[in-house]
Amino acid sequence: MTRTTKATAAIVGSGNIGTDLLYKLQRSPLIEPRWMIGVDPDSEGLARARRAGIEASHEGVDWLLAQGETPDLVFEATSAGVHRANAPRYAERGIKAVDLTPAAVGPAVVPPANLTAHLDADNVNMITCGGQATIPMVYAVSRVVPVPYAEIVASVASVSAGPGTRANIDEFTRTTARGIERIGGAGRGKAIIILNPAEPPVIMRDTVFCSIPEDADRDAIAQSVKEVAEQVAGYVPGYRLRAEPQFDDPSVVNGGMARVAVFLEVEGAGDFLPPYAGNLDIMTAAATKVGEEFAKGMQA
Amino acid sequence: MKSYSDTLDIRVTDSSLRDGSHAKRHQFTVEDVRSVVAALDDAGVPVIEVTHGDGLGGSSFTYGFSKTPEQDLIKTAVETARQAKIAFLMLPGLGVKDDIRAAHGNGATVCRIATHCTEADISVQHFGLARDMGLETVGFLMMAHSTTPEALARQGRIMADAGCQCVYVVDSAGAMVMDDVTQRVQALVAELGEDAQVGFHGHENLALGTGNSIAAIQAGARQIDGSTRRLGAGAGNTAVEALVAVCAKMGIRTGIDVLKIIDAAEDVVRPVMDEECQLDRLALLMGHAGVYSSFLKHAFRQGERYGVSAAQILLRAGERRLVGGQEDQLIDIAVELAAQK
Repeated sequence: MTRTTKATAAIVGSGNIGTDLLYKLQRSPLIEPRWMIGVDPDSEGLARARRAGIEASHEGVDWLLAQGETPDLVFEATSAGVHRANAPRYAERGIKAVDLTPAAVGPAVVPPANLTAHLDADNVNMITCGGQATIPMVYAVSRVVPVPYAEIVASVASVSAGPGTRANIDEFTRTTARGIERIGGAGRGKAIIILNPAEPPVIMRDTVFCSIPEDADRDAIAQSVKEVAEQVAGYVPGYRLRAEPQFDDPSVVNGGMARVAVFLEVEGAGDFLPPYAGNLDIMTAAATKVGEEFAKGMQA
Repeated sequence: MKSYSDTLDIRVTDSSLRDGSHAKRHQFTVEDVRSVVAALDDAGVPVIEVTHGDGLGGSSFTYGFSKTPEQDLIKTAVETARQAKIAFLMLPGLGVKDDIRAAHGNGATVCRIATHCTEADISVQHFGLARDMGLETVGFLMMAHSTTPEALARQGRIMADAGCQCVYVVDSAGAMVMDDVTQRVQALVAELGEDAQVGFHGHENLALGTGNSIAAIQAGARQIDGSTRRLGAGAGNTAVEALVAVCAKMGIRTGIDVLKIIDAAEDVVRPVMDEECQLDRLALLMGHAGVYSSFLKHAFRQGERYGVSAAQILLRAGERRLVGGQEDQLIDIAVELAAQK
């Protein structure tokens, strides 16, 4: 494959997420990261990008859109407010946007569950780290049996939760819960996030509980869970089941519902962010996967 | 040191209908709440906390489903109390702002917001909302044994700046001894000055609930938590009736009638309990290893479910340095222990 057949991409946002994403896109056989945009002239991320041979500017999206050539794809790792302002400008120039902020301008995507349904969208949203980790498992169960209720617990290292997440923790739980319902296929969703300050930092852990019919085919559910976990591990190598799915009969403390519990661990690839930050790695890895699927469509 | 008010040296908050929810596996009924609130209110308890044990929104697979919706219990408590204020707890990351609005709508007036002791900044938006609605605010720095007094004081400052009116040193694991309490309360009092009060929430896992509470009062704490008959998590909370009796002997004004609260503990609260909260092996291990008290019933249940030792589950939870809210990981530990057998 020659360089020109790759989709060109710009990363908007030169912080931790943007920088980690750059490492992943540079490895992609389908995407060529060409530009990195920030707003701070002293940004370490921009300096690092320049050293990697990327055109980098601190003059924001105005600079990017003033270049002679526009990218096929833009990956936005800024904030919800910035992306809301930028999104129409990308759309008007035919640039497809993969949004890693909570802006939710476009449809939310979780690769194994619904990516193919949104390949025509000009803007897609990556939901939350907890959503990318857990919604595939809810989907894996709900494609086998009805799931009236699903609940997830995401535990992340304190140092991997930035000021944006901390100031808006309600938005994390609400957005993730909505994704569990709309994309995961649960009747009702609930999300819980826990920040753990242990040193050395703990690897991201996620637990997914789904209510299931009492007479559900448990082997079929377990098989589906394993299949989808393998699909996710295809683009997030550190994504793994910690144990076999655990089934419980109805009980009082379980609200009278039968349930399956899935225990996950997400270890990051250690590209720019440390391996414990699986919560951030799964966002950049999933965004890369989405970008690659878009790129395939552009080649076709 | 200033008193809590002109008439009270300290203000006691009873948490038997919140922390006690753990011991009841969240199966409180409207009748339970009505009888306990009536008795505590009559004894003069100034604040009564009513919520799922893990706070608003706690009814879940992870923490156990409530028998009765917690907002119904809050409403019942508000309707029953004649003088006591009704408080509720919420943990950012689990509960959300709409839950606070609902509790406010049901007449609760004290909003208590809890975070792990190093994560106070996740509570900023909730304190802001609570103050905007005119709620009195309390901040809970949980597992306070696990960080230094200085670090705790910095976290208390974050809460106070966000609108918190009283920052609690919360000994969630019942792991502190008196010097630990004194140092932490003093550090917070020095940091907060007139900006916010300081409180203490103790457990009986090392049999120090009352002693630690007195240490806290002597160090400047003006709000103290307890649970009548120790109805709480782990070995239970500081017994309100014992605290009130000790305070009476020491000339510390609580506004609570000693004989009435002693009767309430025996005649009203005890009959609501499935069993006494005991300082048994598991509870003592939690205090010793610094494990979150609410893990007790979960560890017991998962130990039975997987045929492994509940004590081993709790010790491993301590090794993994789990924080409040990570009850799901106790299942993971039990599965791991079972596989290693």
